[in-house]
Amino acid sequence: MEKIKAIVLKERDNVATMMNDVKQGESVIVMGPGFEKELLANCDINFGHKVAVCSILSGDLIFKYGESIGRAVQDIVEGEHVHTHNLVSNRGRGDLVRS
Amino acid sequence: MKIKGYLRNNGAVGIRNYVAIIAASICAGHVANSISSKVDGTVPITHQHGCCQVGDDFLQTERVLVGLGKNPNVAATIVVGLGCEGMIPEKIAAGIKETGKLVETLVIQKEGGSIKCMEKGIKLARDLVQKVSCINRTDVDISQLILGMECGGSDPTSGMASNPVLGKVSDLLIGDGGTSILSETTEIIGAEHILAKRAVSKDISDALLKVVKRCEERAISLGINLGEGQPTPGNKAGGVTTIEEKSLGCIYKAGSAELKGVLEYGESSTGKGLYFMDTPGHDIESITGMVAGGAQIIIFTTGRGTPTGCPIVPVIKMSGNPETCKNMLDNIDICVDEILDGRETIDSMGEKTYKKLQEVASGKFVKAEMIGHRELAIFRLAYTF
Repeated sequence: MEKIKAIVLKERDNVATMMNDVKQGESVIVMGPGFEKELLANCDINFGHKVAVCSILSGDLIFKYGESIGRAVQDIVEGEHVHTHNLVSNRGRGDLVRS
Repeated sequence: MKIKGYLRNNGAVGIRNYVAIIAASICAGHVANSISSKVDGTVPITHQHGCCQVGDDFLQTERVLVGLGKNPNVAATIVVGLGCEGMIPEKIAAGIKETGKLVETLVIQKEGGSIKCMEKGIKLARDLVQKVSCINRTDVDISQLILGMECGGSDPTSGMASNPVLGKVSDLLIGDGGTSILSETTEIIGAEHILAKRAVSKDISDALLKVVKRCEERAISLGINLGEGQPTPGNKAGGVTTIEEKSLGCIYKAGSAELKGVLEYGESSTGKGLYFMDTPGHDIESITGMVAGGAQIIIFTTGRGTPTGCPIVPVIKMSGNPETCKNMLDNIDICVDEILDGRETIDSMGEKTYKKLQEVASGKFVKAEMIGHRELAIFRLAYTF
């Protein structure tokens, strides 16, 4: 059976990008610069979406491409889907400066 | 490195040979469209602006209309105006005439109404098309090319495959003496510090950071979360969560060249190399700005797939998404999805795509051209009064 893969782009990243769809409970081979590890998806995650490769605390920055792509607004465990429900942007936040 | 192009009177090189029928204002649009519909070899350039505009907003629209007429892919032009609009058709025509190309002006109110104006316009257009049909392609240097770079319908494959391939193409073109324009200011928010480090001077680095700040402050001043609209619903469905994530994928289009300058919307570059143009993330407004600034060819990377074209410039579509490369071949010209599973490399696809760029520049049609996609939109700075 074809392996389900996800790619970590830079060493600093705490998320990987899915190269296949994965179902809850299935194994994902995470390939990064100079490393490879296996984790279990704790929910369904589609191709192109992000999976946490380690635990992330609420408020922590999330890194992809070696740079911050925003911050976590919930605690996130390894294998969890990372997207609009638990990751928010730090830029263009006019909603936060409303007087 | 040579391509086959049309050498213009001012030394610029076109890769298409259109007669453009340019409406000075929305009021002249139907007449411009009607003239063009009757004469093969013409394209209409119509829009929703050109009256009741003031200040910088007016000047920007004027700059864009003149720039579209000046684009070297346009061999000759007819400017059509109503006669009372803010955008003076004779002034647009005078700006375009500086290139030495044939320019005619028609004013509906002077001609005596729409039908008389259409009739005169059709005859003028016919004569211009016949004249420009005698211009042949000759060997010209690829260093005369200005490549506009665009991404739209982005998804994570954009940052992993198609944008890095475009970055390689940009580097190759710049290596051969040409010019590339990176655009879409919204879509470098979160990555601007990376691009700023590559500026050739502090002034240019500061200019880049200034246009990004101006864009971000525009969102903040509205009291809204930019995330409501950027990334788009399609980006998010594909897995792109925040504007920072989108931008970090977008800047791969810029390859590795140093940044030579920052251009206002529709402004022409004064030198060769990599430039950044302040355009919105709206694909069609962005392409229109780069084409007004002189880009003769666009490469448009897309994850989800988009049909967008342009009236006077070929828009080459490239995708790295395997599903899009199966399901949207009506619109996709180049597939680079084999990079994702390692069957191909970015360098190899970059070299192949650069060859395809030369083919399109030398006359090969792309899908957007062949099925008649001619989208055009002008970015505004203020409301109409």
